[in-house]
Amino acid sequence: MAKVLAFALTGSGPLPQSTYELLGGARAVADAAGGQVHLAVLGAGVAGKIGDLAAHGADRILVVDSEHLAVYHPDAYLAAARAAAEASGADVLLLPGDTRGRDLAPRLGYHLRAGIVTDCVALEASPDGLRFVKPVYGGKAMARITVRTDRKVAVMRQRSLDPRAPDPSRRAEVLNVEAAIDPSTFRTQVVDHISEETTGIRLEDAPVVVSGGRGLGGPEPFKQLEELARLLGGAVGASRAAVDAGWVPPSCQVGQTGKVIGPDLYLAIGISGASQHLAGITGAKTIVAINKDEQAPIFGVAHIGVVADYREVLPHLLEEVRAARA
Amino acid sequence: MHIVVCIKQILDPEIPPARFQVDPSARQAVRGSAGLVISPFDENALELGLQLKEKHPGTRLTAVTMGDEEAVEALRKALALGADQVVLAADPAFNGLDSYGTARVLARCIEKLGGADLVLFGRQAGDWDHGLVGSLAAEELAIPCVTLVREIQMDGDGVRLVREGEGGVDVIAGRLPLAATVTNADSNQIRFPKVRDMMLARGKPITRWSAQDLGLDPADLEPTARAAEIDELFVPDRTSSCQFIDGEDGAEKARKLVQKLRELKLL
Ligand SMILES: Cc1cc2nc3c(=O)[nH]c(=O)nc-3n(C[C@H](O)[C@H](O)[C@H](O)COP(=O)(O)OP(=O)(O)OC[C@H]3O[C@@H](n4cnc5c(N)ncnc54)[C@H](O)[C@@H]3O)c2cc1C
Repeated sequence: MAKVLAFALTGSGPLPQSTYELLGGARAVADAAGGQVHLAVLGAGVAGKIGDLAAHGADRILVVDSEHLAVYHPDAYLAAARAAAEASGADVLLLPGDTRGRDLAPRLGYHLRAGIVTDCVALEASPDGLRFVKPVYGGKAMARITVRTDRKVAVMRQRSLDPRAPDPSRRAEVLNVEAAIDPSTFRTQVVDHISEETTGIRLEDAPVVVSGGRGLGGPEPFKQLEELARLLGGAVGASRAAVDAGWVPPSCQVGQTGKVIGPDLYLAIGISGASQHLAGITGAKTIVAINKDEQAPIFGVAHIGVVADYREVLPHLLEEVRAARA
Repeated sequence: MHIVVCIKQILDPEIPPARFQVDPSARQAVRGSAGLVISPFDENALELGLQLKEKHPGTRLTAVTMGDEEAVEALRKALALGADQVVLAADPAFNGLDSYGTARVLARCIEKLGGADLVLFGRQAGDWDHGLVGSLAAEELAIPCVTLVREIQMDGDGVRLVREGEGGVDVIAGRLPLAATVTNADSNQIRFPKVRDMMLARGKPITRWSAQDLGLDPADLEPTARAAEIDELFVPDRTSSCQFIDGEDGAEKARKLVQKLRELKLL
């Protein structure tokens, strides 16, 4: 009987949205095999955070609550995750595709002697077993992967699994798990955390994202993108090329190795639409592209395309939007 | 100080989807006209290593790759950019290894080199995008690993690393020996090799190690080493449904775009 263990790596913050996605995915896998869904909630001051998790699909909730889990530290989270995995006895372990889950997966897999698949976008359960679906070659191809080890670790890309509609009648058993976390054995120290400066709304939460790429030609035009984003109640994003050029901070990067976002409206300006960039916007509901090259791959995924030099369109676009807002 | 940078040669990840094909039966990408390059994040790692070498006189930098004979080109580029020594781990037994196996091979290379104070990897290779080898190799070497690193500063055997964290960056303090997986930032963009250095690199020695040289029995690379198997590789369907906005000039296009967004209730 399959047991699937999903992880919530909370630090001292709220439950990440990915928790509900992982529960949705875990539920589908467990149901197909007549199994169970366990959820490990790792963090400091976790007690108040587990209220609605049964309704979202957990059969058993394993809580590892420790002051040493207040900030993400790999040694601390590895100890906590191992203790939870042990207590659960699950054969499939699902981690979130954020910086914590990506960091933890290889460490946990190594110590559990488990095969690992990262950046998964789907779990296919069948009578023959479980297959992991993962984009490769930057998203230009997809792979179906079977993991031969008894225990399997998968990191799920954010926004790729659907949460279940909550069922308030569901109940879960809550178990406190002790983990031996001894900070004196930590081999590194987290000495500081510097929050991203966000003047407005966070990129991940923004309903509108205005993104710029190498085609903007320099840092200056990003000021116009910022104004447009502000007028639309959104945030500014960028391609890796714009980040690498130093035009915008790395926190703006959208894509496979940047942020994975799902805004209502995504405006891509001077972005070619490399598969690695597109990996970050598969959740966007409407994509608008402005690019002077009608062959640019971005038009392959855009819903609305404007073939033009952005310098001829953007000032007018700003004007129109300003007028509409006034 | 000895810095080892592990690099992987891959199919140019920038080729457009239209020119990308896979061989479904071999479960591999078709090379086609695409060039081979050093995986971009490995270049970020190499650049970081080179900057540290320049800052700290007496530092030796070794580039290591596991690959076939073609991967020599990647090593030559590393030599041209300033690596002191390069190692190619090549053996038929290494074909088709997964991340565990690859990590083991690289760890054995580093041990055979007499160890390293700092081992750098790219955060993930631009072909299979697993992002596992650096952390797994560090486990094999029993040294701590800091992932998603943008910057590194050293002071004696003390190291400060800036890594990507949730909602910002974490500053990590550690001691050598240590491993790091590197992500992109404007400060670690790979430099361009000089033509003269490219020429000189052609004459420099390349160390080649087989499984036997590394004391690896093919059995060491089984079975977890082949735990994750690719059953199927395919190119997803791409159906485009882009509606193009036309117009005489930028002003008209902008006006029509705004109108369209209004219709869709996005404005
Ligand atoms: C492993 C790996 C991970 C990666 N992860 C990411 C990631 O997370 N996010 C990401 O974005 N990239 C990522 N990349 C890089 C990606 O492959 C591309 O290199 C990058 O997205 C290109 O950025 P760009 O579209 O801004 O630049 P380009 O590809 O150079 O495109 C610029 C575009 O601007 C257009 N243009 C130029 N001038 C104008 C003008 N005046 N008006 C209008 N249009 C104009 C051009 O027609 C062109 O289409 C990754 C790569 C690898 C290998």
